[in-house]
Amino acid sequence: MTRGWLPAGILLGWALLALGVQFLSLSPNQIRLEQILVPPGSEALLGFDDLGRKIGDRLLFGARTSFLVAAWVVCLSAILGTLIGTFSAWRGGWWDRLLVQLIDIFLAFPGILLAIALAGLLGPGIDNVVIALTVVGWVGYARLSRAQVLSLKHREHVMAAEALGSRKHVIMLRHLLPLMAAPLIIEATFGVAAVVIAEAGLSFLGLGVQPPAASWGAMIRDGTRYLLVAPHMVLAPGLAIFIVVLSVNLLGDRLRDRLDTRSLSGRRAAA
Amino acid sequence: MPSYLIQRVGGAVIVVIGVVCIVFLLIHLIPGDPVDVMLGEGATPADRESLRSSIGLDRPVAVQFAAYLEGLTRLDLGTSFHSQRPVADVLLERLPATALLAAVSLLIATVLALPLGMLAAVRRDTPWDTGSMAFSMLGVSIPNFWLGPLLILVFSLWLGWFPVSGREGAGAVVLPALTLGTGLAAILSRMVRSSLLEVLGEDYIRTARAKGLPPYLILLRHGLRNALLPVITLLGLQLGALLAGAVVTETVFSWPGIGLLTIEAIQTRDYPVVQACVLLISLTYVLVNLLTDLAYAWVDPRIRLGATP
Repeated sequence: MTRGWLPAGILLGWALLALGVQFLSLSPNQIRLEQILVPPGSEALLGFDDLGRKIGDRLLFGARTSFLVAAWVVCLSAILGTLIGTFSAWRGGWWDRLLVQLIDIFLAFPGILLAIALAGLLGPGIDNVVIALTVVGWVGYARLSRAQVLSLKHREHVMAAEALGSRKHVIMLRHLLPLMAAPLIIEATFGVAAVVIAEAGLSFLGLGVQPPAASWGAMIRDGTRYLLVAPHMVLAPGLAIFIVVLSVNLLGDRLRDRLDTRSLSGRRAAA
Repeated sequence: MPSYLIQRVGGAVIVVIGVVCIVFLLIHLIPGDPVDVMLGEGATPADRESLRSSIGLDRPVAVQFAAYLEGLTRLDLGTSFHSQRPVADVLLERLPATALLAAVSLLIATVLALPLGMLAAVRRDTPWDTGSMAFSMLGVSIPNFWLGPLLILVFSLWLGWFPVSGREGAGAVVLPALTLGTGLAAILSRMVRSSLLEVLGEDYIRTARAKGLPPYLILLRHGLRNALLPVITLLGLQLGALLAGAVVTETVFSWPGIGLLTIEAIQTRDYPVVQACVLLISLTYVLVNLLTDLAYAWVDPRIRLGATP
């Protein structure tokens, strides 16, 4: 039980930081030419970057970028994907076949390749990052919720609700969603880790947020040019991404163990 | 087998058509006029019109699509805006580098994942198991674009064993492949462990033990051989992640492959090259998964005969 608290605490800190960082008196964009590439010391805990800006302050603002993108992308893709998946399974027939085909086509683009191309063509900016990652992200939720609804829609309580004349959105919200929630929450948790890496990756490639806005990925990108003289520029933001992603993954594993009914019964718990 | 074959290949053909459509439509998603974006603000109207007609953007979308498809059948992917050379030639030039990187990464991933997963499964619930799975957790959580610079820092700048970037010399592939292979090794070792644990609980393993077969033979001949089937399917699926990860990793190491080409083309707004790179990577992925599935069906009759395994 105690093992789950540390990652949860780290993620809570990340969220609070993201929402409250602009109220702290930080100066992420203040340039101090005499401090260029100065390593960590008493002046700044994490040192200064190639423009003489405090890396610590930029790191905290980077947390905001990464959290906001993750929150938007996971919410939008989960809602969009669940709606499409549920609709597909509920309607069945041609609609279902069409949507399954569409899902298969989107799955044919490996990883974030489509997001890289989309973000590259749409141009840089945080909105375009959210759009690109949502276009790629909805598919997983759609596939999952479709499979769930397919197995749920012939359950007695759903058929009873239908027979009683409940409206579709009532059936969806009251009779389907509570039973689909557990796997969707697990998917969304791992989704957060994927989006944090994807956002940082796009920013690393120069396709994410634009300077002077701070992003962990862009900070690593800037740092790779000064690897020999100022390794602290790469170490700090990378460690931040790593800790957040690791926390999300650890929490996701624990959630899966607790929520996934399949793993409760027998051998599969080992997986 | 024939009906499974037709069904699976037919599905793949539809997916390929869909992928081609999306890749074609990508260029029409650019906000505003692509010609303006390509030429910048200082272009004269005459320049714009000549570019527009030379890349065919003045024709109806349906005609453009037909022309695009017709070009694809002749492996004509258009002309690069940047270098004015046929896109197919540019791709062909970059292909060997990515193929080498992917092959070495796969090798590294397999060499790391098999022993780790086996160790974790055989010594279940011991520190060996915990250690292997901790490595796997770290490997999944560490992003390529951080692991790459870290490896450069340690092995190129401090120890001086490998070049920082580029493709000079035989050792140059080691660091990029290690970067790309680690994430895959992490996922694979988890899969090897869980698959092997499942197999080791089967009756035929107990029988093999009862007849006094040495433990290593049980593990290799009866355990691993059966446990590897799901692992190979996963390997096919993960090859996609590998190819997409190559875009980032090749950028980190300036490795002159398809991934770096994609990023260069995005930066120079060389849209035909961007389209071709995305198309090539996706189609490779579809093809590999098709072949994996067919190989699996060929080996395992339960699948081609439509029974639930």
